[in-house]
Amino acid sequence: MAKRMQGIMESIQTLCSGDHGNEGFMQDDEDEEEENGVGRLTSWAELLGFGLAVFSEAIAPQLQCFCDRTLGFAVGQGGSREAWIKAVAMAMSLVRKAVKKGWVGALAPAARVMSQALSTASEPITLDIPVPFKAHKVETPSVTVETSAQELTNFFKTMFIMRRMEIAADSLYKSKFIRGFCHLYDGQEAVCVGMEAALNDKDCIITAYRDHCTHLGRGGSVLEVFAELMGRKDGCSLGKGGSMHMYNKKGGFYGGNGIVGAQTPLGAGLAFAQKYLKVEGVTLAMYGDGAANQGQLFEAMNISALWNLPVIYVCENNHYGMGTAEWRSAKSPEYYKRGDYIPGLKVDGMDCLAVKQAVKYAKEYALQNGPMVLEMDTYRYHGHSMSDPGSTYRTRDEISGVRQERDPIERIRKLLLSNNIATVAELKTMEKEAKKEVEDALSKAKESPSPDSDELFTHVYRKGYGAKAYGADRKEVVVKLP
Amino acid sequence: MPRLLRHELLMFEALREGLGEEMERDPNVCVIGEDVGDYGGSYKVTKGFSEKFGSWRVLDTPIAENSFTGMAIGAAMTGLRPVVEGMNMGFLLLAYNQIANNCGMLHYTSGGQFTIPVVIRGPGGVGRQLGAEHSQRLESYFQSVPGLQMVACSTPYNAKGLMKAAIRCENPVILYEHVLLYNLKEKIPDEEYTCCLEEAEMVRPGTDITILTYSRMRYHVTQAAKTLVDRGYDPEIIDIRSLKPFDMYTIGESVKKTHRVLIVEECMRTGGIGASLRSAIMESFWDELDGPIGCLSSQDVPTPYSGPLEELTVVQPHQIVTAVENLCGKK
Repeated sequence: MAKRMQGIMESIQTLCSGDHGNEGFMQDDEDEEEENGVGRLTSWAELLGFGLAVFSEAIAPQLQCFCDRTLGFAVGQGGSREAWIKAVAMAMSLVRKAVKKGWVGALAPAARVMSQALSTASEPITLDIPVPFKAHKVETPSVTVETSAQELTNFFKTMFIMRRMEIAADSLYKSKFIRGFCHLYDGQEAVCVGMEAALNDKDCIITAYRDHCTHLGRGGSVLEVFAELMGRKDGCSLGKGGSMHMYNKKGGFYGGNGIVGAQTPLGAGLAFAQKYLKVEGVTLAMYGDGAANQGQLFEAMNISALWNLPVIYVCENNHYGMGTAEWRSAKSPEYYKRGDYIPGLKVDGMDCLAVKQAVKYAKEYALQNGPMVLEMDTYRYHGHSMSDPGSTYRTRDEISGVRQERDPIERIRKLLLSNNIATVAELKTMEKEAKKEVEDALSKAKESPSPDSDELFTHVYRKGYGAKAYGADRKEVVVKLP
Repeated sequence: MPRLLRHELLMFEALREGLGEEMERDPNVCVIGEDVGDYGGSYKVTKGFSEKFGSWRVLDTPIAENSFTGMAIGAAMTGLRPVVEGMNMGFLLLAYNQIANNCGMLHYTSGGQFTIPVVIRGPGGVGRQLGAEHSQRLESYFQSVPGLQMVACSTPYNAKGLMKAAIRCENPVILYEHVLLYNLKEKIPDEEYTCCLEEAEMVRPGTDITILTYSRMRYHVTQAAKTLVDRGYDPEIIDIRSLKPFDMYTIGESVKKTHRVLIVEECMRTGGIGASLRSAIMESFWDELDGPIGCLSSQDVPTPYSGPLEELTVVQPHQIVTAVENLCGKK
């Protein structure tokens, strides 16, 4: 890390000093082209200090998207050192512009680009997945996976936020802010985070009731999740869905379903629509080891294999269907083989990179050949829901054992430290930021009001257009329809 | 009504015309069901469609109602407009979870994010000795599901109109057809038309009593009406068509005129459409009524196979005549 930083600094100083020598922080040169508008530096320390000093200033919206494009350009270039240097150069021309126009606040995005150039380079890192894949009627994907410092850091940050969110939901439930059913996802974060790394916005995800983190992964916000859990107006379903009914249409997240297994035919339908409308995307229909015994799943598998629908059935096997262990409910707990004629893979679901690799592989397969089953070997620390202590059917030793040996966040932490991507102090800062983000969202959600009474009757029907087909309040209402 | 160009056809052909026109108009409309494609539909509603629109738009499914109904609902969430055919309405009981929990409720539980513009249709009702399991009337089972609209067609004219309107509607609609009405013949307009999904149809205006009915019982009522007119009665016959929501406006106007109501339906007495309609009318129009609301429904028994017994389970015209005479008094 230190060596890389030094290398970048040296190259930039060479680039910057050129013929001009060290004449001061910024020289106003009217003739300079945008791309070469590097400006002159005294030292990186000065620039960095300056950048960090304005880091918290308000961002001028006009330059915001320019900065995003800068970042996008750098990442899109594959994150090579040359690309980052180019990005920093562009950023510095921004700084020059901003200083010229007196937009001090606009320096924040530029500073962000620069500090990211130094802190999280996007150079590719190759790692091996420790637990091998098991395959059924298909070749296993390679155990060597390409990732980058930025990706691993994002894994860490996202999973940490998810973990904090679920733990906050636990205390909210105990203090009766959340009622009814609350199914927590902590321990399983690697599945949804790893999946997102291999998907894009053309893909659809549908899952069961353990959906808070999946919603987050698809672009939802922590505020939306907390507000929905507490039944408030700002929830993603306006407070009318609750824990088990979170949806995000823009993000391609189709819920959030309460009845075990009923989402699998819906998933086949999403894939049917993707094939019908010729969208280059796949659907991930997620279910658990308990739902794997539902008849409608086998029906859905049959029809999706029959018509080669681009659906990937993801079984999140946390080994317990509420209180019933898998060996007590399934004659064959090898869920990746249950598709029979549909190929399957068994994946270590506590390893983000393994999940990413498997989903990437399955997506390529599904777009060509039709459905595939992925069994994610994962574990939930909490009970089935908040009304279940989770210790009557399994031992506390088992739970703490998995937490010590296989915890997904700890695994990424070790990778970040051993590959010198982040120091212990930096990780602590990230954790603090994540905690703060979750707390802020929580306090904001607590302030959100309950939905108004007439929200009870909205969204039962939807007014149509074209033909004369309306909802219930079409004509002069002589009687109030129930 | 001016004499426009018309053509004569049978009910199943009218349904086919409506469905075909909508499929041509909107490429997102597709048909999903058992034997709808190559076989042409067990009641020939989709005959010729598979050659015309391709097997992807007229999808032959395996015998898996739960999953193909669920699949249609999932496809509808993304913007397709599937028409699910239950070969017999009774088979859709296997898809009850998908229809009740997903189809009806997704618009609400997602806070309005998703609409489910799906049409679920198929023949139901008591046929000719089809046996208990193939003589189901599902309108009473689905009527409490919030979020669904239900319509029952009874003539080729309204069958085509309701089919088109149901497909264009953004809400999930269940279109109830009847096994014995598929061969009804009628002349319908050449030009394009739709029927309003929430409107009831005035069959015969009158002054003595309001008879509310739907689907096949409409014909038993009109047959009884001939006898009633001979005996000096003047019944007003309304085909309610919209089973959910009820067209309380049209019904109310009629009740205010006649002050007497008789409901004639084919579903079971217990928890049927008549039961809900009766309490809705009583609640809103109590002051207008001169007597109790009569309700003739099928008996609460599984439909027997034997012909004479089967006739006893459903309402027959002579029973309607007797009921009207009792409600209106002898003339």
